[in-house]
Amino acid sequence: MSDAPTAKEITDTVLRLLGQIAPEADLSSLKPDLGFRDQLDIDSMDFLNFVIALHEALHVEIPEADYPRLASLNGCVEYLRSRGRGQAGAAQPRSLG
Amino acid sequence: MAEFVMPALGADMDAGTLIAWKKQPGDRVTKGEIIAEIDTDKAAIDVEVFTTGVIERLLVQPGEKVPVGTVLALIREEGEARGAGPEARGEEIAAPAVAAPPGRLKISPAARKLAEALGVDPESVRGTGPDGAVTREDVQRAAAPLAPRPAPLAVGGEAADKQARMRQAIAAAMARSKREIPHYYLGTTIELSRMTGWLAEENRRRAVTDRLLPAVLLLKAVALALREVPELNAVWKEDRAVRSEAIHVGVAISLRQGGLVAPALHDTDRRSLDELMRALRDLVQRARAGSLRSSELSDPTITVTNLGEMGVETVFGVIYPPQVALVGFGKVVERPWVAEGTLVARPVVTVTLSADHRVTDGHRGGVFLAAIDRLLQEPDRL
Repeated sequence: MSDAPTAKEITDTVLRLLGQIAPEADLSSLKPDLGFRDQLDIDSMDFLNFVIALHEALHVEIPEADYPRLASLNGCVEYLRSRGRGQAGAAQPRSLG
Repeated sequence: MAEFVMPALGADMDAGTLIAWKKQPGDRVTKGEIIAEIDTDKAAIDVEVFTTGVIERLLVQPGEKVPVGTVLALIREEGEARGAGPEARGEEIAAPAVAAPPGRLKISPAARKLAEALGVDPESVRGTGPDGAVTREDVQRAAAPLAPRPAPLAVGGEAADKQARMRQAIAAAMARSKREIPHYYLGTTIELSRMTGWLAEENRRRAVTDRLLPAVLLLKAVALALREVPELNAVWKEDRAVRSEAIHVGVAISLRQGGLVAPALHDTDRRSLDELMRALRDLVQRARAGSLRSSELSDPTITVTNLGEMGVETVFGVIYPPQVALVGFGKVVERPWVAEGTLVARPVVTVTLSADHRVTDGHRGGVFLAAIDRLLQEPDRL
């Protein structure tokens, strides 16, 4: 049995973290296949904070070269599921407080 | 007895509202400590005290809006007897007019500061205070025709009001800048392959929490270039440029609800890239959370704005008075570049300088931009 997070767990985590970074954003209208930097007006500092928060929540190492793969919600799910499978025990999202 | 006054946190501020006191009478305070929270048109600001001593009296209550320069509290300085001053005896506190030789302007420090904030020439103001001294009220009267009329606030609640007031504050500062500062503009294109290559390699070795953004290298390069052209690191005060020994780069940060602030990254030239990255993260987070400190808004000696992420390639910035220069960075883009006779694709950025022609000329501005270029070619030495 794999410890990798499910697509729903990753989606919930990504949306929660994006909500912390862009609290004024309407995440319900986020288009999952489009880049969220433009949709949510996220800059490079926000994006770095998002990647750090993902790392801390999911215990996944994310090389800078992989950042483009995290551009959309669907991209995040696909990438983080693949990373999660490679890093057993990295499954459980935790609260960032 | 030291006076703790409503600070002028930029050229666009003429009044502030006290939100809360962090200290009470009898509390000891140390220079640099936050003792009050105020609300400007731009943000809620934690205000630091510049005296070490004991709070004697609080003169303004939370919720009161008062002009810049108004005494908010009295602080008994170290070694000073309790209740020594007239203020402590409950006597009215008059704004002290500076003693001046015959023929010279009499004006209190608070009035002079307000005049500076409002862009009013004190010499042109008719004083109605003792012996013709210029008072704060005189300055406010003189400023009235200069100030842009507030636009009607849009319907939409507190957030909309706040946004409208911020827009008005920015409008006042930028109108003053364009009215008073003879801008000149220079730009150059800098080849960035050494910087981007070094940064990619550096970040590859680093944990995600320790990675650097390109902006940090650009800020450090600007700060070091200012050491070579220090006349750009100055403020315009009383008809002359006053250079700053310290280099506090103001970083333009857009706010999610609209508008922007440009707080200082203190001692930008003296901090390592890691220190600057941590400080920048903290500054951006606090700017957007509305918890900047007063010194961060009053201390910038130059402003850097980076609009590259918006797709902008060239920035023609407006100087933030009383500063005398602003540096703009555009988007890092791949462009054809001739290197040693060969046409290659290279990452480049356009950096621009908006500068005050009363203080520098194009030659010195060019030296400054060339210094930024040279420094970015050796990123490992930043």
